[in-house]
Amino acid sequence: MAKTATKASKPEDVSDANTIKLVLAWSFVGIPLIWGVYETLANAVLLFQ
Amino acid sequence: MVSQAQANSGGILSWLDREHTVAKPGFSRWLVPPAALCVHLCIGQVYAFSVFNLPMTRLIGITESAPDDWKLTELGWIFSIAIVFLGLAAAFTGTWLDRVGPRKAMFTAALCFGGGFLISALGIYLHQLWLIYLGYGVIGGCGLGIGYISPVKTLITWFPDRPGMATGMAIMGFGGAALIASPLSVWLMQQFATPTHVGVTETFIALGLIYLFFMMMGAVIVRVPAPGWAPKGYVAPAQPKKLVTKNDVHVDQALKTPQFYLLWAVLCLNVTAGIGVLGQASAMSQEMFPGRITALAASGFVGLLSIFNMIGRFFWASTSDYIGRRNTYMIFFALGMALYAAVPWTGQTGNVILFVAFYCVIISMYGGGFATIPAYLKDIFGTRYVGAIHGRLLTAWSAAGVFGPVLVNYIREYQIDHGVAKANAYSVTMYIMAGLLLVGFLCNYFMHAVHARHHLKEQQATA
Repeated sequence: MAKTATKASKPEDVSDANTIKLVLAWSFVGIPLIWGVYETLANAVLLFQ
Repeated sequence: MVSQAQANSGGILSWLDREHTVAKPGFSRWLVPPAALCVHLCIGQVYAFSVFNLPMTRLIGITESAPDDWKLTELGWIFSIAIVFLGLAAAFTGTWLDRVGPRKAMFTAALCFGGGFLISALGIYLHQLWLIYLGYGVIGGCGLGIGYISPVKTLITWFPDRPGMATGMAIMGFGGAALIASPLSVWLMQQFATPTHVGVTETFIALGLIYLFFMMMGAVIVRVPAPGWAPKGYVAPAQPKKLVTKNDVHVDQALKTPQFYLLWAVLCLNVTAGIGVLGQASAMSQEMFPGRITALAASGFVGLLSIFNMIGRFFWASTSDYIGRRNTYMIFFALGMALYAAVPWTGQTGNVILFVAFYCVIISMYGGGFATIPAYLKDIFGTRYVGAIHGRLLTAWSAAGVFGPVLVNYIREYQIDHGVAKANAYSVTMYIMAGLLLVGFLCNYFMHAVHARHHLKEQQATA
């Protein structure tokens, strides 16, 4: 019952077991994307110099 | 039943089958967008293919083109073939994809796209251009088309409460992929280059393997919801909005409705306007502001546009969940018309900041058009065949890919040939783009719900 109550208090369907998977999955796609945006912005700065 | 049996792989590949991708209780639906991004962040590399053009004209000469080296005009066909096969694959595999599910589709897309790079690497090694046309163009292009539409229906099913945001996240990846692929490709070529070798073959092999792995991860992660699943607390609106149907329309039936062609025109016109200026952004900015925007600054401008192309996909598609798809496109067309018409004025007054700002908004709406269309299709035709219908609608993209650049390039040439200064040569083009958007506005204005005679009957829907 206590476990059910804990689950019910979580937003939507994000359980504890899923949290690590979510962090890993979003990092897997997020880190390359952030690197790409950084590289592009570093070049774009030239436009305003 | 027969088609389902045919859709099943059996044996070692049975993990690809739809029934093996049904999510177990407790699976978080927020794992599905990164699965979709694994695919879209790879296939969007096609926008960055031009970084290989110059190195591939020096494969023999190394420092400069030798007589036997490939010409830029020959290499330009690689991108064009890939885009044509993207459209064809999306149009012809949509129904298959709906049947076999997203994992098998993503797996196939990964093999095609990654394999296309590896075949092309062999083509570069043997200096056989036809192998690159076949590898990256035909096979890789099929991977592009299958990969592009593979997660769309799955995302819409997982996020019935926010379909625009969900598909916007995936399609944002397609816009953002070039931001990764461009510097990554340049860096890889630098690592593999030697005084006697430009390093393109090894770069293609490395990219092929990286993309194969990345896309396979998407195939592993992706899940479809169990039948009847709905997000916690989600209740479908009892009285849906005027343009949001609760019924499904079969993909073949959708082609018999005026709504399909109105949406085809809406997408085509929105993309035509954006793609035309996107391809010419560097030259246009330098010619409209001679001496003020250098070639280096222009490349920064193109990069900035890529970022807004990506952000617009997520922002506008998410916004459409709140204000409706038709209203979102109304904004694209009305605001787009005003901004295109105002661009020549920024050139005449020499206002670089406003020129850049206007284009950033224009390109955000170009990306937003791509990202909002799957949810618009779902509203109009229902969820069941949305993947297949989306695939067929993407032929509008292929058409726009021809119209847009042709309009911009030919009108510019015509203007210059008739004595118009280069700085002013784009004015007429901008006004024509604004006119195209007016037509798009009208097509979108006339959008209405599909007639009930096109809906799937209950027994067909449950079959």
